[in-house]
Amino acid sequence: MTADAQPDAPLGDQYMPRMSLTAGQLPKFTDLGLLVISIAVAAALLALFGSFNLVGAILLGGPLFLVGIYALAFSVEGRRRAVNRVARYVIIGAFVLALVPLVSLLWEVISKGLPRFDWQFFTETKRNVVGEGGGAAHAIMGTLVVTGLATVFSVPVGLFTAIYLVEYGKGGPKKVITFLVDVMTGIPSIVAGLFAYALFSAVIGPSKSGLAGAVALTVLMVPYVVRNSEEIIRLVPNSLREASYALGVTRWRTIVKVVLPTSISGIVSGVILAIARIIGETAPLLVTMGFTDSMNTNALPAGGMNPMTALPVFVYYEYTRPGRPQQAYFDRAWTGALVLVLIVMILNVIGRYVAKRFAPKINR
Amino acid sequence: MTVTGGNVVSEDLAPDQSLLVDRRKLGDPVFKGFSVGSGMLILVILAAVAAFLIVQAVPAFVADAADLPYGNTWGYVAPFLFGTIWSSFLALLMAVPVAIGIALYISHFAPKQLASPVAFVVDLLAAVPSVVFGLWGINVLAPALVPIYQWLGANLGWIPLFGGNVSGTGRTMLTAAIVLAIMILPIITSLSREVFLRTPGLQEEASFALGATRWEMIGQVVLPFGRSGVVSAAMLGLGRALGETMAVAMVLSGGRNITFQLLTSNNPNTIASNIALAFPEADSHAVPQLIATGLVLFVITFVVNMAGRAITSGHGFRLAHKRAHKEG
Amino acid sequence: MAKRMELQDLNIYYGNFLAVKGVNMVIEPRAVTAFIGPSGCGKSTVLRCLDRMLELTPGGRVEGRVLLDGQDIYAPNVDPVRVRQQVGMVFQQPNPFPTMSIRDNVLAGIQLNARKMPKAHKDEIVERSLRGANLWNEVKDRLGSPGNGLSGGQQQRLCIARAIAIQPEVLLMDEPCSALDPISTLAIEDLIQELKENYTVVIVTHNMQQASRVSDKTGFFNIEGTGKPGQLIEFDLTEKIFTNPSQKDTERYITGQFG
Repeated sequence: MTADAQPDAPLGDQYMPRMSLTAGQLPKFTDLGLLVISIAVAAALLALFGSFNLVGAILLGGPLFLVGIYALAFSVEGRRRAVNRVARYVIIGAFVLALVPLVSLLWEVISKGLPRFDWQFFTETKRNVVGEGGGAAHAIMGTLVVTGLATVFSVPVGLFTAIYLVEYGKGGPKKVITFLVDVMTGIPSIVAGLFAYALFSAVIGPSKSGLAGAVALTVLMVPYVVRNSEEIIRLVPNSLREASYALGVTRWRTIVKVVLPTSISGIVSGVILAIARIIGETAPLLVTMGFTDSMNTNALPAGGMNPMTALPVFVYYEYTRPGRPQQAYFDRAWTGALVLVLIVMILNVIGRYVAKRFAPKINR
Repeated sequence: MTVTGGNVVSEDLAPDQSLLVDRRKLGDPVFKGFSVGSGMLILVILAAVAAFLIVQAVPAFVADAADLPYGNTWGYVAPFLFGTIWSSFLALLMAVPVAIGIALYISHFAPKQLASPVAFVVDLLAAVPSVVFGLWGINVLAPALVPIYQWLGANLGWIPLFGGNVSGTGRTMLTAAIVLAIMILPIITSLSREVFLRTPGLQEEASFALGATRWEMIGQVVLPFGRSGVVSAAMLGLGRALGETMAVAMVLSGGRNITFQLLTSNNPNTIASNIALAFPEADSHAVPQLIATGLVLFVITFVVNMAGRAITSGHGFRLAHKRAHKEG
Repeated sequence: MAKRMELQDLNIYYGNFLAVKGVNMVIEPRAVTAFIGPSGCGKSTVLRCLDRMLELTPGGRVEGRVLLDGQDIYAPNVDPVRVRQQVGMVFQQPNPFPTMSIRDNVLAGIQLNARKMPKAHKDEIVERSLRGANLWNEVKDRLGSPGNGLSGGQQQRLCIARAIAIQPEVLLMDEPCSALDPISTLAIEDLIQELKENYTVVIVTHNMQQASRVSDKTGFFNIEGTGKPGQLIEFDLTEKIFTNPSQKDTERYITGQFG
């Protein structure tokens, strides 16, 4: 044993004082009490300046609380525990901060969207409607047509690409495709719209149509389908494939009869989530589909200009180009937004449910 | 092509037909063809995106500036480019700390039962369509911020960022950046959360055993481990912010004014937002120029996204390398 | 330095599951105490109670008392962080911080308390701790290189240096050699012999020879069956446990009839 290792050197004691195990501790409900007081003080301050509101009180009371709890904890518990305490509340505060816009947004969409959330909204178009009344049946139909087409285009391409990446691809080509899917994920939606527009202009001249919108959405949707399906197919254990090969089943039949059925719930859920992702897209449709107040179920660019309206575009135009009375247009915009949010939420819930409920029990 | 694997193969017997490749069964090659073809189609689509954008944009770059509706294309796109980068940078500045906070809350602070509901709530934000964010931003957020902006302008107006005439509508660069920050929050949060959750438990324990508080453990172990993951998450978030269109188009009162001032009505628009606003009314001369600006946007987001991926894969590589080293 | 630990009527739970039942023992200072027993018997769980690491496992909680020189570390106003500063721990897998250099690894614990420290003092602490872990001569020329560039045995000694840098009273070791080769194991065993001159050492081991080589006292833990709680069967001088155990189960275990 070396002499240096004698740990009785004074240095350590200087930095690691032999503290008692117990430390001063703030009473249990100090934090909560202080939080209430801080918010109350903030509210009083705001009221003093004549601009009281609850969100402001919380946003101002939060920092007040942090300073207070740090000072308190520092004096009772010491620096390290005070920092730890404050860090915890800052982190919880970050979550609360993110909740504020979400709650506010949902509240506004629901409260402002409900007045026109009626039968008429879903059954009538806006054709020849000036002012109040009318509905968004044409826009909802437009969204269904365009999203439906985009799904029909993207699912085969995306699914087969995923199969390629998992089952067939190797080496360079696989890397290239993976890279390209990454690139595609990052394409801004407006650029996808410009591409579709440019494509149709080059082929048939300047035109607006549902088909062009569907092509734009396809560009955005394919990478999601590939990503989601690839992840799921990769989860299928190799032992299942080998079991199938051992029975003399060919490769493609193994994929169709064993791999895909095993992962079908994940794939379906992935597709639903991909639809949820693109169904709210506005920008690409704004550039490719034009705008109409009438029902149009024909997506083909017959005669060049064959405009179709999708729900997000409807919301945008109702809000940004209102007629008179303005409120009627705003109401329709908010109801459109509510419907859109509902659709996306429902798709998300269904997607998650399918993934959970129908997931095969893979023993791994 | 004969396959002889058995032990009783006699010379005079014809090779067993059942072991030969059956040329009539086209299933395998056809199926493989579809798969490979789909992969190739991805390549074709991307090439087409680039090609058609370039072809349509060429006139805007080569034509004489006097013949173009918006003048020289580079001069036209410059303020929008500035606005795009400035707004996204601000959004990132606000979103990253909050996202790290939420991610840490989910990964290291929240009780087990609470972690996944919290994650779900944050994911809900990602599900809201951007046009709805725009509606909310212009209707709720912007008016709510006006008093704060006025206070900032009156009391901190000497700081250049808060200088200029304070907007009365709240449709300022700062408002647009806040909306963008909210929109990119979920992706940065969920990617950061994934990295934080992968922090080796052994190292967390080592830190605790040395007498670290939870926060000290996070500073000692979790953040250093997750740093590159967070950077790449931020890059991907930045890519989203750069390309975001509708929310900015609705919230920002944008023009062609290059300024760092955050609170005025005279803001540089973003590329994407400008296209969305101008395209529906653009005539055949203006369209190529707008497409040209779209091409610029495409290139920028491409570079940013690639940088993000490179950091991620570099990270993964380093981890794999480390593991190999340990086992070796 | 080196404090006595006393375990009194210790019951350990994971959620509602009673993992270890009714442990009573006295761990002497400046001696090595070994915990042995078949896997799943709760010896590591007991060890993790001694520095309040157990409560970091979701659901983990403790009934009874653990006294550190007479003071109950589970008393309501005790700060677990301070307990862990006095009771250090070394783990089964060497776990140096990969983002830190060798030097920073050693200083990791002490810098939590003292953020500003003159360089000379840091140097002194680094050298003393690394010497204390018999690692100084091997790494003194590359203190700036990453801690996980070392071999497994060196990494484990680095972890020991990191643990003794904060000058704990007690050093807990959870199967510190199970991931190491025989030569590294010997180096650690030698080190344990030196460490006991200054610390209270508690070591959990799978390896009975190791227990008999390094420890002064040995506790044998066993479990009656799956789902049953682990118990301390016998606790005595190591020599007695390995030559003349008073319990039948202990004898069966050390003669290799089960476990």
